[in-house]
Amino acid sequence: MNLKEKLARGDFVITAEMAPPKGIDFGHIRECARAVKGRVDGVNVTDFQSAVVRASSLGGAKMLLDEGLEPIMQITGRDRNRIAIQGELLSAAALGIKNVLALTGDHPSIGDHPDARGVFDMDSVNILQAATKLMEGQDLNGNELSGTPEYFLGASVTPLYDPLELQIIKMKKKIQAGAKFFQTQAVYDIDVIRSFMDEIKDLNTKVLVGVIPLKSAGMAKYMNNNVPGIQVPDEIIERMRKAEDKTKEGLNIAAEFIEQIKEEKICDGVHIMAIGAEENVPTLLDMCGF
Amino acid sequence: MIISKQKPFEEILNFLKGKDKIFITGCSLCATSCMTGGQQQIDEMKNKLEEHGKTVTGTTVLDPSCHRLQVRATLKKQKVELASADAVLCMACGDGAQTVAAFAKIPVYPANDTLFIGEVERIGHFHEACKACGQCELGWTAGICPITKCAKSLLNGPCGGATNGKCEVDPDNDCAWVLIYNRLKEQDMLDTLLEIKGPKDYSKAAHPRKYVVGR
Ligand code: SF4
Ligand code: SF4
Repeated sequence: MNLKEKLARGDFVITAEMAPPKGIDFGHIRECARAVKGRVDGVNVTDFQSAVVRASSLGGAKMLLDEGLEPIMQITGRDRNRIAIQGELLSAAALGIKNVLALTGDHPSIGDHPDARGVFDMDSVNILQAATKLMEGQDLNGNELSGTPEYFLGASVTPLYDPLELQIIKMKKKIQAGAKFFQTQAVYDIDVIRSFMDEIKDLNTKVLVGVIPLKSAGMAKYMNNNVPGIQVPDEIIERMRKAEDKTKEGLNIAAEFIEQIKEEKICDGVHIMAIGAEENVPTLLDMCGF
Repeated sequence: MIISKQKPFEEILNFLKGKDKIFITGCSLCATSCMTGGQQQIDEMKNKLEEHGKTVTGTTVLDPSCHRLQVRATLKKQKVELASADAVLCMACGDGAQTVAAFAKIPVYPANDTLFIGEVERIGHFHEACKACGQCELGWTAGICPITKCAKSLLNGPCGGATNGKCEVDPDNDCAWVLIYNRLKEQDMLDTLLEIKGPKDYSKAAHPRKYVVGR
C-alpha cells in the first residue's frame, strides 16, 4: 500500500527526508535509505535544499525508488522556470515517481552560490497547478501530452507564523491547486500544532507535522534565532542542556512528541527531518515502536 | 523616478584615461533629485576633473536627458564646446547616457550607476518600488508591489519565511506579503487574496520593449 492509500485509509503515516549528495557518491543516502526501508511510508528528497548545489531531487528520488522505497520528490520554483518544472515533472512520472512536494524555495542568497539569479517564475501554488494540468494530459498552455502522468501532490505549511491567517489563505490556494497533503515546518510545542490543526479543521486535508530531532541545546537556540517558523520552548532547551547524551535526549524528546501526536490523533502523521543525522532515524523509529 | 548613484571617482577617471577635454551633461529630472546630475553635482565634478588635470570644455543640464528632441536641440546649441571635447561624461541615468551617446559623435561615459525605479522617502533615501513588469498588479495588492517588494516576486501570498513581519532574505526589509495582508485587512478586502494567480505573463516584460501610443 502506498502513501496515498495509507493517508486515505486514515493510517498514521511517517515520512522521512534525505538530501542527495554534493557530488556523485550516493553511498550514504543509499545506506540511510536501506536502514529505513519498510519502516517509513515515504521519503522526501530535497531539491537543492538551502539553495546549495547538489545532485538533483529527481536523481535522488530515482535512487530511492530503485532501493524499494517510496520517494516524495521535492521541487522548488527557485531554479527552474515553468518549462523546466513541467519537464522535470514529466521525467519523474515516466520514471515512476508519483509523490511530488511543491515548494517556493529558499532565496539563492542563503546558499553556496549567492550570486545566482533566483528564477521564481512559478511559486508553490503554480507548481501544483502545473502538475494538476499535466494530470489532465496537457501542459500549462493546453498542449497535448503523450500519455497522462499521475501524481500525489503535497505542499508545506508553517504553523508558527504571524499572521497565521495569511499562511492559511495560501494553504487554501494550495489545496485548490491540487495539494492533497501537507508537511509542516518543524514544531516542538504541542500546543502550537494543536491550535493550528484546530484552525484548519474545515480544510479537510492531511497534515504531517514536522519533527527535527535536536542534537544539542545550541542547535535549538540557533534555530530559534535563525530558522523562520521554528521555536523550541525553553524547557526543551533546558532538557537538552542538562542531558549527558545529547543525541539520545534529542531523540527522546522527538519520540515523546510523536507519541503524543499519534495518541491524541492531532495530525495524520509525522515528517522526520534528520538534517544530516539520517543514521539516527531508525533509532527514533525503534523508540516510537514503529 | 529612476534612482541613480554616482560611480566611484576612480572608475570615472579610468574611463577618461587619455581623454583630456571633457564635456559634462546632467539631467534636470531624476538625476537632479537623486543629486547625481544636477547643476551642483556637475560643478563639483568639473572641479574634481580639473584637479586631476582635465579641461572641462562645457557643461549642460539636459532637460531631460532621456528626451531625444531636447537632447539634440541642447547639444546643438553647445556644439562648439562639444566639438572641442574628447569625451562626454554623462551624469544621468543609463537611458539618459544612451540618448546623449546617440548624438554626441564622441565617446560618452556614464558617471552614474542606474539602480532602480523607486521612491524618494526623504532627501538621499530611496527605495525600489516598481520593476516595470508590464502588467500592473497593484489593483489587488492594496497598492503594494509584490513583484518588487517581495524578494521572490511571489503572487500567491508569502513564503513561510517572514519573522516578525520581516523578510527572510533581508531582515531590514518588511515582508511585502505581511504588508499587503495588513492593508487589505484594514480595508476589509482579504477575500481578494483567495483568488489563485497563475504564472505571470513575463512576455510582457521581454526586453527591449517598445511602445507607440495608438490613436
Ligand atoms: S506590479 Fe509592480 S512591477 Fe508591475 S507595474 Fe505594478 S508596480 Fe510595477
Ligand atoms: S519573507 Fe515575504 S517578502 Fe520575503 S521572500 Fe518571503 S514572502 Fe517575499
